[in-house]
Amino acid sequence: MANRQGRVQRLAAPIRSLAQRFTFLFLLLSAVAVLLFGKADPTVFERTRVVVIDATAPVLDALSRPVATVAEIVDEVRQLAILRSENATLREENVRLQAWRSMAQQVEAENTRLRDLLRYVPEPPARYVAARVVADSGGAFVRSLLVNAGGRDGVAKGQAAIVGAGLIGRVAEVGQTSARILLISDLNSRIPVLVASSRSRAVLAGDNSPQQRLLYLSANAQVKPGDDIVTSGHGGVFPAGLRIGTVSSIGKAGVRVAPFVDWDRIEDVLLVDYGGSGGSAITPAIANSQTGEPARGISAGQ
Amino acid sequence: MKSAVWQRLDLVARMLTPSLIAVALVIVSVVPLHIPGYSAVIPSLALMAVYYWALHRPDLLPAAAVFLVGLLHDILTGGPMGIQALILLVAYWVTGSQRRLFLEKSFLVVWWGFMMLAAGAAIMQWILMSLSFGALIIPRPAVFAYLMTVAIYPLFAWAFVRAQRTLPRVA
Repeated sequence: MANRQGRVQRLAAPIRSLAQRFTFLFLLLSAVAVLLFGKADPTVFERTRVVVIDATAPVLDALSRPVATVAEIVDEVRQLAILRSENATLREENVRLQAWRSMAQQVEAENTRLRDLLRYVPEPPARYVAARVVADSGGAFVRSLLVNAGGRDGVAKGQAAIVGAGLIGRVAEVGQTSARILLISDLNSRIPVLVASSRSRAVLAGDNSPQQRLLYLSANAQVKPGDDIVTSGHGGVFPAGLRIGTVSSIGKAGVRVAPFVDWDRIEDVLLVDYGGSGGSAITPAIANSQTGEPARGISAGQ
Repeated sequence: MKSAVWQRLDLVARMLTPSLIAVALVIVSVVPLHIPGYSAVIPSLALMAVYYWALHRPDLLPAAAVFLVGLLHDILTGGPMGIQALILLVAYWVTGSQRRLFLEKSFLVVWWGFMMLAAGAAIMQWILMSLSFGALIIPRPAVFAYLMTVAIYPLFAWAFVRAQRTLPRVA
């Protein structure tokens, strides 16, 4: 049987070679076409992407579980070693936090009283969806995560993704059982923020590095290392006041922000629905309209 | 009769092995490993598969499979659609055209070939990504990802050799 097949293949070889060349050229042009169409209208392939991601998510989910378990074990062993010193630090922190807690309670009580006085309408309570990270796009150019919760679980485009420490990104694509989170470190991420202490407005821009940059900070804005950066709520994508990180350095390359999140340890995220205007059409427009600003040239030269 | 059917199925499964390996590698490469700093330097596993099979058994990894593997990569990583498909196709073509230079050569020569190819692919990716983004992107992470890709190629090449031994020798 192998012999006969060999003969057929020999006879058909020239035709096959020609067909192969045509196929190759066709595929190459298809790739270019996909690239151009996708660039012209990012929503063209969204359906395809979502279907493929939904189909792959169970496999990724199964694969990521044992890996996460091993990572946890390694982490636990490491923590065992620093148990004593950490205990001491935590005890200290606990004392400090208790002081903060009583202060927060006082402030909350005062806040309620003042709200009553003003007949202030509070924002609707947020709804949380917890999800596990099943894939990390990684690589040198894109920063995004896939999580194992989707439209079925109440995840929607534009929702904020947070971990205990703070904001990490927003939901960019939603399937039935999975969703993609565009991280704040991604090149396309632009988030309106405030410097918490001085209330100066700025835009937090990702550049694929673990730290982000502050753009469009007004010249007379007061910023110093250690200042907290929070979402401003402008643009309607995120609610105001979500913690992101602190200013880490101010230099020629601009103001850099170190996020609270530890990028290497994101295992679970909370997707938060604030019931507000977390619009679908708003975010890509923001991402695209500001990509050509001159400040980018600085980062390229680093 | 029954055994013939099974034989045929077995043959088909073996013929599909290189393509399936490439698909599996794309999926594996996005699984979060929780290793500090790793996610910035994830190596291009798909490129390794394309290089190896285009060199040793191009008949078992058709260009269409390379195209689909590239698209899957773009979708799973969330990058612009088509970029990886284009890069892998070009890498496939370049490898195929230089096949005679590297076949039957020592592993070091093959590795050197991969080093060249991966450099080309990394530069191409950087240019395409920068064009797609509309501004120059910091090339540093790409350099590290490239070094990582080249450094672990031998490991995967070894695994590919094992896989290739199970494949029927029709070429």
